[in-house]
Amino acid sequence: MVSLSVAGWGWQYAARSTPALSNISFDITPGERVLLLGSSGVGKSTLLRAVAGVLGADEGTQVGEISLDGVSPERARGAVGLVLQDPENQVILERVGDDVAFGCENLGVPAEEIWARVQRALHLVGLNVPLDHSTSKLSGGQKQRLALASVLAMQPELIALDEPTANLDPIGARQLKEALTLVVEDHQPTIVMVEHRVDLWWDFATRVIVLAADGVLWDGAPEDMSPEVRNVLATAGVWLPQTEATARERPAPTGSQPLLHLENLHAAHPGSLHVTTPLDVDVYAGEIVAITGPNGAGKTALALTLGGLYPPRSGQVRAGGSLTGTAHSTKPITWRSRELLSRIGSVFQAPEHQFVAGTVRAELAVGPGALTLSRDEQSARVEKLLDRLHLRDLENAHPFTLSGGQQRRLSVGTVLATQPKVLILDEPTFGQDATTWTEMVALFTELRAEGHAVVIVTHDEKLVQAVADRVIHLGGDA
Amino acid sequence: MTRVSPLAKLLAAAILGSVLLVSLDPVSAAVALIFELALLPWAGIPARRLLRVLSPLLIAAPFAGLAGLLYGRDEGDVVLSLGPWNITKGEVALAVTITLRVIAVALPAVVLFATTDPTDLADGLAQLWHLPARFVIGALAAIRMLGLMRDDWRMLRLARRARGIADGGGPWTAVARFGHQAMALLTIAVRRGSLLATAMEARAFDAPTQRTWARTATFTLRDGVFVAGATAIALIAVLLAVMTGAWNFVIS
Repeated sequence: MVSLSVAGWGWQYAARSTPALSNISFDITPGERVLLLGSSGVGKSTLLRAVAGVLGADEGTQVGEISLDGVSPERARGAVGLVLQDPENQVILERVGDDVAFGCENLGVPAEEIWARVQRALHLVGLNVPLDHSTSKLSGGQKQRLALASVLAMQPELIALDEPTANLDPIGARQLKEALTLVVEDHQPTIVMVEHRVDLWWDFATRVIVLAADGVLWDGAPEDMSPEVRNVLATAGVWLPQTEATARERPAPTGSQPLLHLENLHAAHPGSLHVTTPLDVDVYAGEIVAITGPNGAGKTALALTLGGLYPPRSGQVRAGGSLTGTAHSTKPITWRSRELLSRIGSVFQAPEHQFVAGTVRAELAVGPGALTLSRDEQSARVEKLLDRLHLRDLENAHPFTLSGGQQRRLSVGTVLATQPKVLILDEPTFGQDATTWTEMVALFTELRAEGHAVVIVTHDEKLVQAVADRVIHLGGDA
Repeated sequence: MTRVSPLAKLLAAAILGSVLLVSLDPVSAAVALIFELALLPWAGIPARRLLRVLSPLLIAAPFAGLAGLLYGRDEGDVVLSLGPWNITKGEVALAVTITLRVIAVALPAVVLFATTDPTDLADGLAQLWHLPARFVIGALAAIRMLGLMRDDWRMLRLARRARGIADGGGPWTAVARFGHQAMALLTIAVRRGSLLATAMEARAFDAPTQRTWARTATFTLRDGVFVAGATAIALIAVLLAVMTGAWNFVIS
């Protein structure tokens, strides 16, 4: 078993003027299970990639040293297995068995032994599908367990996981934890994990390390964290178990006429056979509606259909009179792009699809520009959002260079900039730390008070508890 | 068909294709096409799926022929006068030849690859033909990304609509918009590519150790017979074309 040593380590991305992380030191002994915490964008993923030896030397400059039993991670290929956040970008081959075998092949494991390892790894993570099952037919949760199996088959000494449950529904997340617990019982590997779902993993971890940009903020066993420390960390934006989500007042919807009227609506991605169960729902001004359900239930298809972006598979989405205004029809799908802009705003699940400009500032100005607002009004809106969403320091950065959580805030900002009557947000709190999360909750509550209708598609149970006036649960196979 | 080695399929398609491409006559193409159609029921593809994978080809081939019809060299009697175009007998023959040829070359390629898992082809290329694993597996991973890129393109289009910049302006603005969206797709593809590269690297891809292969690629007697069969069809097609005097070598 291998010991991990991080000594005075720091990293500065090539495009940035300040280091992402500096002065990070800790040692991890074999068999420890470490939960790595820190506020949004503090560089947790960067550190994890450095530990796995896949942080490219051309991406930035490193100070200090990371070593696995005295060897640098780049030279200790196979010693660290890395599970990444997005299941979509880590499936490499078309068949499940081949994908799990891939790492073993690269390590030069003899063919007969590979298949024994593949079987064992798949069994351990509870992915009981045939070896020639198509990887593209797996659900998000299954893909993450596949990624874990692929790493296990390599028999690494240390398993690093970068927010492995971020894209999973609560059931998928629990299944991943069960799988990992079985792995721990099986051979006690060392585990280093970055996670936002701290409630889920708190009892799993034997040690918690909290990172700040300029050093380790706290390091110790989870049960040793004193209330004072908790307070300090919570103020720094670190997610801790039972960080209170303040329940807010929920004023009844104002105005009797709905903004959106759904009638026997079936939503589906074009060409997909999976269609949502029929919905008859009215969405009113001044309310927050949450749409929940397992991966693959069609939540995103429904959000896009409500947003006037997908035509309904069958049934209707109709806009009420106050939403339609001067538009020529009550069907959002027939509206022109610019008509949609001031009426229904959509935040997409993947922020990168939404970015069209070269800087954060320009990105926020796109919508107001398309509405042909006055210069003063445009810049007033942009300035307000830069502060509100904590993007001021990054105003000249390219949107693609932001961290996952920062990108998410920016994509929410692009929609807020045009002040549409209805907002449709697909996983808006993804990757947020406790501070930015709380602020987003406040933001949604404010929008509600201002009379906007907010529809939120989410796996975030805390968010639903904190803001939702109504919950629409979509069924489906997980 | 799935039991034939992907390399044998690749060879068969290459032999048929290259022979049919060097001549521009209707006979060799027609002969090859007759053989191909006769063998089609044994390809093991359900009719419905076959029609779907072939549909782009069946639509595109007549258009290739149309170009010959309109812009070929004027030869023989004029059959039809359409504004600036005089369509002659020579051009009609050329159009038929081109259409037949496009179908005869593409049909085996399309059918053979519809029955091949890219992973098996990569195994064959790397293990039997000793192409560098780095290159073969990189290409394999890239193929998998094509499906994701199609979804990305759709989302990019929708996102532009949602952001209020999807319409208005004249045709030039539309062209510029298309250009921007294509650029965005490229950016996302590069990004996905680098994420995938990280995931592959994290699984020790391109490590200094000698790589092993979980699946052994083989080239059996059955595969040899398959390639020989394709070669025979190509030879018969050429022989008949030469004997009927239709053979028309393109480089002359």
